[in-house]
Amino acid sequence: MADAVLAVRNLCKSFGALKATENVSLDLKPGEIHALIGPNGAGKSTLIHQIAGTLAPDSGDIDFLGRPVGHLGVVERARMGLGRSFQVSSLAPEFSALRNVMLAVQSRQGSSFRFFRPVMGDASLIEPAMASLERVGLATRARVPAAELSHGERRQLEIAIALALGSQAFLLDEPMAGMGPEGSRSLTGFLDRLREEAPILLVEHDMDAVFALADRVSVLVYGRIIASGTVDQVRTDPEVRRAYLGDPA
Amino acid sequence: MTISRETAINVTLALILLAMPFLALQLGKPFYVTLATRMAILGLAAVGLNLALGLGGLVSFGHAAFFGVGGYAAGILASHAFAGQPLNLGLFALPGTNQMLVVWSVAVLAGGLLAAAIGVISLRTSGVYFIMITLAFAQMTYYFAISWPAYGGEDGLSITIRNVVPGINTLIPINYFLVCYALLLTALLIFALIRGSRFGAALQASRQNKLRVASIGIAPFRIGLVAFIISGMITALSGALYADLNRFVSPSMLSWHMSGELIIIVVLGGVGRLWGPVAGAMLFVVFEFVLGGLTERWQFFLGLALLAVVLFARGGLVGFLAGRMRHG
Repeated sequence: MADAVLAVRNLCKSFGALKATENVSLDLKPGEIHALIGPNGAGKSTLIHQIAGTLAPDSGDIDFLGRPVGHLGVVERARMGLGRSFQVSSLAPEFSALRNVMLAVQSRQGSSFRFFRPVMGDASLIEPAMASLERVGLATRARVPAAELSHGERRQLEIAIALALGSQAFLLDEPMAGMGPEGSRSLTGFLDRLREEAPILLVEHDMDAVFALADRVSVLVYGRIIASGTVDQVRTDPEVRRAYLGDPA
Repeated sequence: MTISRETAINVTLALILLAMPFLALQLGKPFYVTLATRMAILGLAAVGLNLALGLGGLVSFGHAAFFGVGGYAAGILASHAFAGQPLNLGLFALPGTNQMLVVWSVAVLAGGLLAAAIGVISLRTSGVYFIMITLAFAQMTYYFAISWPAYGGEDGLSITIRNVVPGINTLIPINYFLVCYALLLTALLIFALIRGSRFGAALQASRQNKLRVASIGIAPFRIGLVAFIISGMITALSGALYADLNRFVSPSMLSWHMSGELIIIVVLGGVGRLWGPVAGAMLFVVFEFVLGGLTERWQFFLGLALLAVVLFARGGLVGFLAGRMRHG
């Protein structure tokens, strides 16, 4: 546990009588992809929100890079290097893909309180941003407004932003959603390499991708983790089969 | 480098506004110089609002507070200078002054402080609540001014002789116009620089998606607050100019009508566009003067114009002429 990049312990969150997160513990070790799967309404997004800091848990601890971060807000956690991708929204839909990534580079460099130097001539922003776009294969679409990108391209943009932030860990919320088979395959290959850079907590419905990528899988059902282990362990777990994979046996 | 259509429109607007008072003098209609000055000053106020509203998406319905505070700064300092009595601020006494440079500085400082106080509370809300809370704060300053007899209360405060700028006789209308015009251009330059800067990028992104901006480690609250303060400072400066133009300050500068007019000006001209507020102010003053001369109910027609803009030309006059905004 000591070397975990991200460690969640005994996290609880209720909305009225609904226990959205019930005593959840999980961790993320360097170099791994830890997939979080579960049926709709299992509380995956709620859990991600609590880890990212947009939602306060009722109880439990979250440690990131060995420091408790439960009391910190979204901004502070992001500045520590907790990178997050979103299911649907773009960062700044009116801005070009390049400017979206430049904003992430700017955040990483530390100051947004510079009022006069034009960003569009600032190589210290443009070059790292272009490098990130190239890594995700979006360089040719750099000048296109984010709102005009295809769904799949927006997912790539999300990853480019996370890369540009220099994140120490990634929280990826359904990066495959809405992607065609071709896009899914190339993104799978990309995530496979990305784990070298920083470990990934991956929420995903695409089971092919999960089984291809994940070092470990945790299964969340009704706010509880019912199984956690390697892909094979989870696949053969009888409780998982009953609750989630729809196997009557 | 090719000149974009918007740049061409901006230059045209700048030249029209600059030419107007000179043409008026040629035609022997000095009153029009005052109208052009009014356009420049209201344009300046709206440039301030445009920074918060256009770039930051902060729909402030309380910018009259900053406009009025700037006006009262000019009025109060001038009245003390005229009476030869220092202004007692408790800890220290400030001599009155009729120097515009000092008046402007005090107005900008006061506007900035007020914006910081209002912003720090208001920016914790968003949407309709932000609109209502800024309105509430502005109405508080309005009623404060009304109930403060030392500076005229409801009757307002006259500035006996227009304040002065070293080397320029501001009593000559065209000179005063040029002073206001120069400040307007300065404010536009500041707006353009901010829009293109890192701060501007963070501000415009906060308008588009606050939560996402926070999730990449930029605090939208701090960005919005600083923008709100700069915005209040610019609008306060215009208030001081307005007071000196009319040689009169009254609580009406602080009332919600004024806040509404500033929003109308920005929307008419083009939200977020560099010269939008100036285009809007020119339109507004033309409406006020031309239609106001024909009918007392000129605001009905202003309402129709606003309706047309909202329905058919969402980018305002500048957007209508120059097409959609591009961010690069």
